[in-house]
Amino acid sequence: MRIAICVKEVPDPTAVKRIDDGSHRLVRSGENTLNPYDRHAIEAAVQIKEGPAPDTEITIVTMAPESAGRSVDRALAQGGDRSVHIADEAAAGSDLLGTARILAAALKRELFDLILLGQQAADSECYVMAGLVAELLEVPCITQAASIELADGSVTVKRQVETGYDTVKAQLPCVVSVSDAINDPRYPPLPAIMGAKRKPHEVVTLAELGIDASTVGAAGAATSVGGLSKPAGRGDTIVLEDDGTAAEQLLAFLVEKKVVA
Amino acid sequence: MAGIAVLCEVQGGDVSRGSIGVLEEAGRSGAALGVPVEAIVCGSGLDDAKLAALGGFGASTVRVADDALLASGIAQPVVDACATAQEAGGYRYWMAAASIMTADAMAGLAARLGAGIVIDAVELHAEGGALVTRRSGLGDSVLAHCGFVSAVGVVVTRANAFAATDGNGGTAPVERFAPSFRAWSQAVALVGHEDAVETGPDISAADVLVAGGRGLGEASGFGQIEELATAFGGAVAATRAVVDAGWYPYSAQVGQTGKTVTPNLYVACGISGAIQHKVGMQGSGTIVAINKDKNAPIFDYADFGIVGDLNAVVPQLTALVKARG
Repeated sequence: MRIAICVKEVPDPTAVKRIDDGSHRLVRSGENTLNPYDRHAIEAAVQIKEGPAPDTEITIVTMAPESAGRSVDRALAQGGDRSVHIADEAAAGSDLLGTARILAAALKRELFDLILLGQQAADSECYVMAGLVAELLEVPCITQAASIELADGSVTVKRQVETGYDTVKAQLPCVVSVSDAINDPRYPPLPAIMGAKRKPHEVVTLAELGIDASTVGAAGAATSVGGLSKPAGRGDTIVLEDDGTAAEQLLAFLVEKKVVA
Repeated sequence: MAGIAVLCEVQGGDVSRGSIGVLEEAGRSGAALGVPVEAIVCGSGLDDAKLAALGGFGASTVRVADDALLASGIAQPVVDACATAQEAGGYRYWMAAASIMTADAMAGLAARLGAGIVIDAVELHAEGGALVTRRSGLGDSVLAHCGFVSAVGVVVTRANAFAATDGNGGTAPVERFAPSFRAWSQAVALVGHEDAVETGPDISAADVLVAGGRGLGEASGFGQIEELATAFGGAVAATRAVVDAGWYPYSAQVGQTGKTVTPNLYVACGISGAIQHKVGMQGSGTIVAINKDKNAPIFDYADFGIVGDLNAVVPQLTALVKARG
């Protein structure tokens, strides 16, 4: 079994995020980390390797600046065997379609049986990358997997939908995005973290993937951001650290607002 | 000028209220742009007479693809149907209210057409003869004004962003079309379905909801949530993650795939507050969040947040509320 996992580096949730006024892009110069939702996809792949398909090779695929090596290492430490890191200045400013084109081009070079993604990116809350990539690869797609079973060249997924739970079966190769309810990702042990750097890292450019740079990045973006504005807020938020009296203060607040009689 | 197509999702035999809300909003955009709006409906065994009523919500024509492949809730056959409709209709924009199926279908369509896609749109505007969306970002702290460079633009609106009215009672002509299905769209099939079972109180009617998420640590953590809900005279709600994990019944789920609730008081315990949860409860009167992670997105839209151990705060609050009688 050959499994590819598309991962994304995102700003650390503890960092203050902002959008650059000039470029209208998310400023990515601060502390970055592996998208937490992607850890569920890696864990799902590791469980396949530990269980039904021990000969599985897990490939981490990412599009990110070269500086994202640490996040790639983090993904490898969690269970990836090798990485394909698309790093190219011309990829900067890619919108959803451009990003999907780049990932699909990298995935098309090899024959993967299963392509996994996390359910969404923690920075943009984008939840459509699986659908975009699957269509470009012309393979079936199942999103929001709450469980994955593999048998006889097919994948069977249980997923929650608006009306209950669906069980969906698709032929491999298939793109599957996993729900964050599918598993509890394990933290990699120290030797795995130390060993990640020694795993095969391949850094590729757009040209090496045969991508016309004018179809991706800022130059090829199909969407444009013409400006930014502030949404109407909910008003003031009171946030306090519990020092043992928070419950009392909350009740006083609710009484004052006449939410509690 | 070519018009706007709105993918209207059928759930349980009826077009979803979310789809109707987007159809009406598309109608306002279409009027401002001077272009017609058409409804695209996919399913199996559909009732044309019923679908004609979409004319009362702004559709000039209702185009219907009726095929067993479109009844499964799987997105890729719907991509094929939309692509077939696009060949005939030459639409400039596609829109859909976000759901599990429509988000995937619009993503597939955008990839197929080489069209730009904007997700999580909360407003639609006609500016300079083009559609410009407002896409919410960074925990709803900013609205990006996203437009399209590509010939076709695809918009997925945030669930519940546009409320549906009762319409004007009008009707529109219904025209059927036959999609051409791709091989990979037929390599995936629905093989089983369990309907959500309604158990316990109806949370959409509750005045106070106390909701639990992954931060409870384990299923037994709902014990203290139930005690607080009882003290408030309210009901218990839950996030998708804990429902999927089997900690609490589906009927208590709030969010995009669960219920939309608007209680006077919503107390979120151990809930990080991802967008899928937010869309189901942001209309609540007062929102309280208790979470040990001070960076949790829920604090961005709570009225009162407590950074702390819910195992300490929740029982204290329960005792205080009980003491007030």
